[in-house]
Amino acid sequence: MSVRTIEETSKKSRILAALEDQDTNVVLDPLENEMILNMGPQHPATHGVLRLLVRLDGETVTGCVPELGYLHRGYEKIAENSTYHEFIPHTDRLDYLSPLANNVAYILAVEKLLDLKVPERAQYIRVLCCEMARIASHLVAAGTMAMDVGALTVLLWTFREREKLMDIYDVLTGARFTTSYTRIGGLQQDWTPRCTEMLNAFLAEFEKDLGEVEQLLYANRIFVDRCENVGYISREDVIAMGISGPILRGAGVPKDLRKDNPYLVYPEFDFDVITYTESDALARFYVRMEETKQSARILRQALDKMPGGPVQADNAKRVLPQKERTYTRMEELIHDFMLVNLGVDPPVGEVYQGIESSKGELGFYIISDGTANPWRMKIRSPSMVNLAAIPKMVMGGMISDIVVVIGSIDPVMGEADK
Amino acid sequence: MKDRLLQKLRTFSPDSILETNEFRGDLTVIVRKEDIVMIATFLRDDDDLSFDLIVDLCGVDMYRPEGRFEVVYHLYSLKNKSYVRLKVRVEEDHPVVDTVCSVWPGANWHERETFDMFGISFRGHPDLRRMYMPEEYEHFPLRKDFPLMGVPDSIPLPRK
Repeated sequence: MSVRTIEETSKKSRILAALEDQDTNVVLDPLENEMILNMGPQHPATHGVLRLLVRLDGETVTGCVPELGYLHRGYEKIAENSTYHEFIPHTDRLDYLSPLANNVAYILAVEKLLDLKVPERAQYIRVLCCEMARIASHLVAAGTMAMDVGALTVLLWTFREREKLMDIYDVLTGARFTTSYTRIGGLQQDWTPRCTEMLNAFLAEFEKDLGEVEQLLYANRIFVDRCENVGYISREDVIAMGISGPILRGAGVPKDLRKDNPYLVYPEFDFDVITYTESDALARFYVRMEETKQSARILRQALDKMPGGPVQADNAKRVLPQKERTYTRMEELIHDFMLVNLGVDPPVGEVYQGIESSKGELGFYIISDGTANPWRMKIRSPSMVNLAAIPKMVMGGMISDIVVVIGSIDPVMGEADK
Repeated sequence: MKDRLLQKLRTFSPDSILETNEFRGDLTVIVRKEDIVMIATFLRDDDDLSFDLIVDLCGVDMYRPEGRFEVVYHLYSLKNKSYVRLKVRVEEDHPVVDTVCSVWPGANWHERETFDMFGISFRGHPDLRRMYMPEEYEHFPLRKDFPLMGVPDSIPLPRK
């Protein structure tokens, strides 16, 4: 293995520290190997506008400081100044690789605040949304990580699969990316037979197509050597940093909110929590690949079990009426007017609701003062928390490993910067 | 679980707990500001409770005369699979809280964000810089007296 181990580097830095402490006139860097490199914010391998300041000794990383904020749009401030319905489109733009899961996460928090029961069919459709979003997001993560180490074919293949899911989003929600699909107490529109047909067609091909990616990568010397033992972080450090998602499960901690603190109808599905113990970039890649298969399992079960019935809760004062009724009935028109213009009336209180999104625990913490706008909304974004681990992961590695580490963390800056 | 947690906290340090409440199944414990590191260490190290993950840490501007700011900690226990919410109240004229970075290193960036957005400083924080806003920015955007449209000329723009 060509990678320098962590012990070697820490030994070296101890010698450096000792030299610096004592008042000596030793030239520490006679060959001028040390340099500071600015990576990003417009670097293709940083997956958006992440900026890293890297201190290098030759090609070895001896320090790293991530800088965030280049995509900060002040969503928490916007949330305080908009009604609960008005904020739904903004959630699309947080983790823009899995907008449907963000819609669901936000609306679950609002419904917890309102104590609103949602019909079972709507909950099944929401599970379908979350799992489709997870597959789409993990496919991008796998494809871009492979691209970062030089395998461009994988990116094309995973994007081809993701495209099929985007087509389903298009039929289901009317948009490919900015879905804004959930509503308080239900969904914008019902799941259709056409969606079932398309999803079945996707699932019929999915494992075979994913198998092609696996064939290309799993026994590939270049890919495995680039990722194995790279970006290691110990299990204790992962927990201490509060990291969630594939990084935590890649370190051997089986935390998955779908199992541990179930929401929606997840207890009714049979699926496994994937864990690996190596805690390197390759383990995180495997976790994501296996999780897409588990998501496909959930999708099949959800399609089989999906009950009929309405997709909107029966609560006229809080749930938007169906559009066709708004145009023809007086009562519905009044409710639509009141809900759109004045918003719902939540009780005074505070709730936190987290879901297991593709990146980790995506949570919304809402403080309500009883008016139609939240008093405070905090978005617990997994990408931001996970990015804090970069300095630990790249320390002592080679500079070319940084792109692998970023790929294995799979950050989305829209979410990290809020 | 929640009763056990409260009972343990009350026997550990009865004076530190100012108030508790439960809403929609979420337990909130309001803690005296001076004792937050002690309580945090206890919650993490107690074998039965073991709140080993810090999920979230954020500030809140309640915009009231007494105890204007709050700092809210969301903790998770991998062992019991349960959450708890801790809160401390911070005065406007002296917005300083002890850092919990020594308890959970993951609090580092959350505290930086809270400092950035509310101007609450954390005593003993290893690297208290702004998280999102430019370093030379003078205002704290998530305070309630900061306007939604921003403050004109607060970020220098290129001249003609």
